[in-house]
Amino acid sequence: MTASLIIQVVLGGLLMGFVYALVAAGLSLIFGLMNVVNFAHGELLMLAMYGTFVIHENLGLDPLLQIPLIVVVMFGIGVAIYRLLIARALDVRFNTGMVQIFVTFGLSIFLVGAAQLTFGSDFRSINNGFLSNQTFTLGPVILPMSQVLAGVVCLLAFGVLAFISRTEFGRALEATREDRDAVALIGIDRDRVFSIGWGIGAAAVGVAGVMLASFYYISPTVGDNFALIAYVTVALGGFGSLLGALIAGLLVGVVEALTALFIDPSLKQIGIFAIYVLVLMFRPNGLLGRL
Amino acid sequence: MGDNAILKRRRRELIVGAVLLIVLAVLPLPIESVYLRGLIVLTLLYAGLSQGWNILGGYCGQISLGHALYFGIGAYSSTILYVTLGIPPTLGMFVGGALAALAALLVGWPCFRLSGHYYAIATLVISQMFLLLASNWNFINASMGITIPFRTQSWLDLEFRTAILPFHYVMLAYVAVVWIIAWFIEGSRWGFYWRAVKDDAAAASSLGVRIFSSKMAAAAISGAVTGVGGALYAQYIAFIDPDSVLGLSLSVLIALPAVVGGVGTLWGPLIGAAVLIPVQQLSASWLGGSGDGADLMIYGALIVVLALARPQGLVSLFGIRSQAGGAVVDRA
Repeated sequence: MTASLIIQVVLGGLLMGFVYALVAAGLSLIFGLMNVVNFAHGELLMLAMYGTFVIHENLGLDPLLQIPLIVVVMFGIGVAIYRLLIARALDVRFNTGMVQIFVTFGLSIFLVGAAQLTFGSDFRSINNGFLSNQTFTLGPVILPMSQVLAGVVCLLAFGVLAFISRTEFGRALEATREDRDAVALIGIDRDRVFSIGWGIGAAAVGVAGVMLASFYYISPTVGDNFALIAYVTVALGGFGSLLGALIAGLLVGVVEALTALFIDPSLKQIGIFAIYVLVLMFRPNGLLGRL
Repeated sequence: MGDNAILKRRRRELIVGAVLLIVLAVLPLPIESVYLRGLIVLTLLYAGLSQGWNILGGYCGQISLGHALYFGIGAYSSTILYVTLGIPPTLGMFVGGALAALAALLVGWPCFRLSGHYYAIATLVISQMFLLLASNWNFINASMGITIPFRTQSWLDLEFRTAILPFHYVMLAYVAVVWIIAWFIEGSRWGFYWRAVKDDAAAASSLGVRIFSSKMAAAAISGAVTGVGGALYAQYIAFIDPDSVLGLSLSVLIALPAVVGGVGTLWGPLIGAAVLIPVQQLSASWLGGSGDGADLMIYGALIVVLALARPQGLVSLFGIRSQAGGAVVDRA
């Protein structure tokens, strides 16, 4: 096993890590804002991937060029989910925690069913995109261009998220999280802030979905795996912490790649789970958790 | 509510339970359809499983999304003991139950320090971890699964060729035992402790309730019940593989009847299973035969609608409330 192979694998893991971090950031944002875990998060990713696939097949629009469109659509879907389901779940008078969990679980089952009904269970993929079959070469390291760009775009999107959290709206988010009743007194509408939070969370997943669609297979249950990784990433980094999601996402990406290289590709997630259990024992609230 | 009223209510619960048991014992006799009989067997199994989940999730308020782990441990233990050593499943299911209880304690030890959603996610991730391990573990035939060969008709081995009626009574006995356990817990000191932990852990702690050991006890009982259910399922279906006995969808299916029917109640899991399992199975066989997904849409939409419309569970339609005293609001 040569050093260049290991470098290549680590770089590949880092690039995937940026994708994981972005998916986890959406989950973390929503959780941090209103203490709701979105168990349909993987299905949002799946929707974005199918959306990219359908537009590419029918209009020939390259995935890269679809980013603005998918971001807008996913934002709308996020807002709609909040308005139709989550706002109601937050207002129930009994078992609120449990209702939130199972409403999003029901939604995830519904969305998987809808995807199966529309597209069947076959795996789809985009083979003739602008980035397909191109490689990125840097010295001894050769990586697929689509993967490199996925990492870069997700990192940029992550930067946008970090920027938003520092704007006036970001501070409104923060304030609403701290005390949703008090902010009403200074004219911040809880439902408006929360629905925008859901919109941003879904849009972040949307960007990851577009980039993944250009090199990953697409199926109704493709979200399961990414959602699982997102839960681990968010729990590792600490719920509600953006920086935590980034660090944990990179860690998860690299550990997964190295486990696949040194142990067995079919066991690649075992390394992630092992780290998760360790953090669970010694830092139950995650590496940077404050909640 | 006075002591007298509580005793009266508990006696009434026993009477209703006994009547229900008789009705359910007679129920399959006039039914000829093998399909319908099988549907009732599954409904009974999930009613028992969900009541087991309810002991930890409902009474103690710890929402587990990883009960498939205990189910799978029970199913695999009993099956391997039976297939390789010939140990009867009627014995093996207790081994499976004990191992599942042990697993629940091992999972609980790090996880019960976590609160709310952290706990739910930890249980989910840990059970997925064992799904992955089981799918790659050759000793248990990895993802190929294990088929239980038919040897001879026997109650001891829970082998009845293709007859479904005996399994109806096996599952009915299972539900009855789990129900009785829940009934005892509701009246016991542990039951009061758990409800106190669920309602307000800090207040319970200040009154001397040992929170951690309360949760561990609930986890052990809940895990054991689930493990036994897994062993019974394995004998009924005669085939197990990691996806079917360790998957996330199973964890959700175990929790849902209690959630839909009414968490922390005696009747909730039964009512929830009686509604959910037939809807899920019937829509799957009518609509989903070709795997076209319409059944999943109905199942998912039903969960969403019921959770939002009846957050206190379907039992509230009968004027039954959670024993924790009505307005149970999770602080999670």
